Amino acid sequence: MTPVIETYCHLRNNRIFRDGKLLFESPDTNLKDFLKSAYKFLNPGYAKFYKMDELSKLGFLAAEVLSPAFDKELRPEETGVILSNTHSTWVTDLRHQQTISDTENFFPSPAIFVYTLPNIMTGEISIRHRFRGENAFFIFEKFNPELITDYINRLIMSKKIKACLGGYVDRSTDGYDVFVYYLRSGKNSTQKPKHTAAGMWKLYEII
Amino acid sequence: MVDRVTKKASLVYFIADNIITSLGFTTSENFQAIREGKSGIEIVKDKNIYPEPFPASLVNTKKLEEEFAKIAVKGHFTRLEKMLILSVTDALKHLDVDIRSERTGIILSTTKGNIDLLEPQKKQMREEDRLHLWKLGRVIAGYFGNPNEPVVLSNACISGVLAINIAAGLIGQGKYDNVVVTGGDIVTKFVVSGFMSFMSLSPGPCKPFDAVRDGLSLGEGAGTVILGNKGRTGENIIFKGGGSANDANHISGPSRTGEGSYIAIGSAFKEAGVTGNDMDYISAHGTATLYNDEMESIAIGRHNMENVPVNSFKGNWGHTLGAAGIVETAMMLTEMKENILLKSTGFEKPGVSIPITVIDKTKNKTLNTCLKMASGFGGTNAALVVQKN
Repeated sequence: MTPVIETYCHLRNNRIFRDGKLLFESPDTNLKDFLKSAYKFLNPGYAKFYKMDELSKLGFLAAEVLSPAFDKELRPEETGVILSNTHSTWVTDLRHQQTISDTENFFPSPAIFVYTLPNIMTGEISIRHRFRGENAFFIFEKFNPELITDYINRLIMSKKIKACLGGYVDRSTDGYDVFVYYLRSGKNSTQKPKHTAAGMWKLYEII
Repeated sequence: MVDRVTKKASLVYFIADNIITSLGFTTSENFQAIREGKSGIEIVKDKNIYPEPFPASLVNTKKLEEEFAKIAVKGHFTRLEKMLILSVTDALKHLDVDIRSERTGIILSTTKGNIDLLEPQKKQMREEDRLHLWKLGRVIAGYFGNPNEPVVLSNACISGVLAINIAAGLIGQGKYDNVVVTGGDIVTKFVVSGFMSFMSLSPGPCKPFDAVRDGLSLGEGAGTVILGNKGRTGENIIFKGGGSANDANHISGPSRTGEGSYIAIGSAFKEAGVTGNDMDYISAHGTATLYNDEMESIAIGRHNMENVPVNSFKGNWGHTLGAAGIVETAMMLTEMKENILLKSTGFEKPGVSIPITVIDKTKNKTLNTCLKMASGFGGTNAALVVQKN
């Protein structure tokens, strides 16, 4: 049986949407201020947030929005995190490059470099919510749910995981785009969207 | 779609592989070199990469250009693309797999792809998008005329092992008949400066699992493993199970209890229907950092595998990042075919708290069921189990 989506979230144009409905709107038009005000709104009390790069902050906030639906009964290894994007860690790559471009002013920093791997975001979310299940990070030219819906469904059917965060968290020099969802096996309902590629395309485009 | 997933999974066979590193351009060249105890890690003096000399395992550029000229293709390709194309080309040799078929999938494993193009002196070589990982996937798939959307996996140092696990799943569920898993990374200023800032590089060639190990050595290379739903005549090695897990502990250091690695191995064992007692050999991640090797020994101990022979190829090739899981799995398969355990290069004196059995001398042993481990930044871990059929 195809799993269904428990809840989903979009972060777009300084707004947070949960299940397609506006949850928070920031008057700030730049990402830095939006991240700050969104954090204050969600108020997770998690100081490590300030150390993260923008990509990790986006993924972290999306997970925070969905977290009331997370099944607390599950063991840590029963929830997976399978995410994707287009630009990997492009903006942070450019930041690290700035620190090494000038031989006279050479100052690479581990605090920046570590964020030049996209699965650090997966790690940040896993630490916050104690998710220890299957994890993977895919890169596609644009939002492409084909492979990851199939992959997550297979992990669920083979009973490797019972729940999963899936979706797309992208940050480029042009902007950002976040669509993340949570699904839990065995909670089938005709009311909820099915976790298929077509279904995820529809939800992705709902906003 | 769903019916296909629930269909009984078919066997998944390892049908071909290639390894391109400092030690050679084929799997057999690399096997011979490691059998002779060679290490490709040398002190590199290249100020374009790092202001001070540093140890690394580099692919010979002259040889790379010569080999690439032999396949005489049109168009401009980056250093990494040349390695990947050569690796896939070699693995496909003598194989009746049609890479142009829609029944053949491609998975690319890389951490940073063409990141060297960010360097100012390479600006003129920079094309729009060429720095992006999805584009690297397209360049490789396009070169071979593969019609499918390339799958690009970038999950730090476990990318290669995870890519093989994902490929096996795609074949098992019937989506593809064959999947070409290829991966690679190169030694760049970007990566060397980053690891230097972490102070995780050893001043000399790295010494996995050794008492005086003091950090990792970086390496570069490309590798390919081709999986398919049909075996070849004679003895075959099949994929039995795989798993991944997160420590949920720290983004740049492994769990002190080996939790993620322990879970990933357990998940691979469960799928394979085996336990630690069935293992004949373990190819560890073995980066030679204090924490990684200690963590792996704990995970190995928790699965009661203290007596199972273990090695790491990081002492031969350094840490080849996106290639690591692929080239190390390919070498594990070669050891199985040859029934040989290769010495863990750089290891002299035990240096982890769990008394695991690090291979201190190359020797013959019948190998039927083996485990590959990997761990990386982001608290990520993966494992896979293979078996002779």
